[in-house]
Amino acid sequence: MNITVCIKRVPDTETRIRIEGTEIDTNGVKFVMSPYDEFAVEAALRVTESLGEGEVTVLTFGDDSSQETLRAALAMGAHRAVLLKGAVSMDGLATAKTLVPELETMDAPLVLFGVKSADDDQQQVGPMVATLMDRACVTAVSAFEVGEGGVRCQREVDGGTETVEVRTPAVLSITKGAFEPRYASLKGIMAAKRKPLEEKEAQAAPSRLQIEQMDYPPERPEGRVVGEGPEAVDELVRLLREEAKAL
Amino acid sequence: MGDILAFAEQHEGSIRSGSYEVVSAAAQVAAGLGGATHALLLGSPGLSGAAGRLGAYGADVIRVAEHEALASYSPEVYAATVADAVREGGYTAVVFAATSQGKDLAPRVAALLDVPLASDVTGIGTDGGGVTARRPVYAGKAFVRLAIDATPAILSIRPNVFGASERAAAGTIESFTPDVTEPKSRVVERKAAEGASVDVAEASIVVSGGRGMRDPENWNLLEDLREALGPEAALGASRAVVDAGWRPHGEQVGQTGKTVAPKLYIAVGISGAIQHLAGMRTSQTIVAVNKDPDAPIFGVADYGIVGDAFEVLPRLTEAIKVLKHGG
Ligand SMILES: Cc1cc2nc3c(=O)[nH]c(=O)nc-3n(C[C@H](O)[C@H](O)[C@H](O)COP(=O)(O)OP(=O)(O)OC[C@H]3O[C@@H](n4cnc5c(N)ncnc54)[C@H](O)[C@@H]3O)c2cc1C
Ligand SMILES: Nc1ncnc2c1ncn2[C@@H]1O[C@H](COP(=O)(O)O)[C@@H](O)[C@H]1O
Repeated sequence: MNITVCIKRVPDTETRIRIEGTEIDTNGVKFVMSPYDEFAVEAALRVTESLGEGEVTVLTFGDDSSQETLRAALAMGAHRAVLLKGAVSMDGLATAKTLVPELETMDAPLVLFGVKSADDDQQQVGPMVATLMDRACVTAVSAFEVGEGGVRCQREVDGGTETVEVRTPAVLSITKGAFEPRYASLKGIMAAKRKPLEEKEAQAAPSRLQIEQMDYPPERPEGRVVGEGPEAVDELVRLLREEAKAL
Repeated sequence: MGDILAFAEQHEGSIRSGSYEVVSAAAQVAAGLGGATHALLLGSPGLSGAAGRLGAYGADVIRVAEHEALASYSPEVYAATVADAVREGGYTAVVFAATSQGKDLAPRVAALLDVPLASDVTGIGTDGGGVTARRPVYAGKAFVRLAIDATPAILSIRPNVFGASERAAAGTIESFTPDVTEPKSRVVERKAAEGASVDVAEASIVVSGGRGMRDPENWNLLEDLREALGPEAALGASRAVVDAGWRPHGEQVGQTGKTVAPKLYIAVGISGAIQHLAGMRTSQTIVAVNKDPDAPIFGVADYGIVGDAFEVLPRLTEAIKVLKHGG
């Protein structure tokens, strides 16, 4: 079974963010594959490896620098990569509409997404793509099994877990769980250089979410150490009740 | 000028408490843009009996879609029903809760209606007749204000940030039987997390433990505190203890876990790594208990106690019990 994984290049989560106008200054910022997308790539590789057939394609919509992210996925073991070149916005529906025509040309009964991107964190592109393609979609999947004509998924919901079954073709968005990503081996990194990476101009849909302003999170008021050890508890509770009105 | 719609969630026929906040947020948008506030509730026949309270939080009209197929959440069926109701009602804005159901549903509704979605917003503006949304990006290291250039404007709001406000008025209940579509997925099993009555992402108080708790056996100390704080409190965890298998991932707070914004967040034995802060820094009041006075968690904590969790926790639980029940 062929699987396509949609991945995104994002700033490393350790990175300090410097704001310039309505963007971040990318000078000196290290970029990585979004962590949940790594889980999704890992999941796809495990399925094709255990079935002993099928190819994993990684797809991204981004600028030239996203080649690096695609190569990282190829080094993990993905078979081929497609870059849709264009300017990405925060409008996940615009991103979904840009990805769908490409996904429609692919023979992939399973399309995987990360549950959320580490930069925009909109948690929407996966289910939007599924809706546009009229496919079944399970979000926040922490583990899944591919069976005859369908997929059985474990998913996280508020207050518990669910087991959900869907028929393929299907779209899954992957959360943290069973798919701890592998490190690329040296052999994998060498092999990735020769794997096919196709570049196309994206037919990007216009964004309808305009960033008017970007700023740093409000400073939290200066905190204070109430005291040391259990003796400080009474004062803490008093402050929580009278000052913070949190109890 | 159209009306504003709030999507209300129910669980087994009772309205989920976060829905009152969504209705209040929608009423706030209606106050800015004009129009009435409607609430939409989906569930089995007879559900309208439970719907009245939504009026007290700002819903002028409460529309209840009643159908056996809507008894519990089913993604495509719910999405199609909501999209139909939005089209028919000609709404200016639609507000969801950024709960696990809302995060699954809102993008599907937005795609069906061909409009963008601003997720997990912490502020809504209505100046100048349009809708803007304030929301965190880069794991909370920055915030953006987004102008939503489409009608209806669709938003999901981060739980506990907006607050529910009661008023002395009731809404009119209108129940209807929608045409339903075929589901594309089937839930074969549902498991509730142990002990918790409310999920960490929605709880108004969170008691979180980290590696400083040393051993999963010691979680009884955190559980005792949670219990003393009442049914609105839930347990959270750092990634270190989830990775160690001490706690389920459903409790993880942070960049690769849940984002929470409770009224009170109590971090015990958690160092305060940037990825943990990403998940809790918009909490209203943060308390840290850590034996290391230089732990970064003290940098975001409103109140800190430098000390050993094993000494502080029992005292804190006792003090809360005294406060709540007079001993
Ligand atoms: C891509 C990525 C994503 C991540 N996502 C997350 C995430 O979602 N959530 C998350 O939490 N982390 C996340 N992390 C991990 C994060 O970087 C930290 O490693 C983690 O948060 C540390 O957990 P901790 O605070 O429990 O443990 P530690 O950092 O080991 O801290 C333990 C603390 O306990 C204190 N302590 C020890 N004994 C006691 C005692 N007896 N009483 C009181 N205090 C005591 C110590 O002083 C210390 O401050 C992520 C990391 C990466 C790279
Ligand atoms: N520009 C993009 N190119 C490819 N996939 C993307 C892109 N943006 C988002 N995705 C996918 O959609 C998921 C959710 O992103 P988001 O809705 O932005 O939180 C990501 O984890 C990726 O799998």
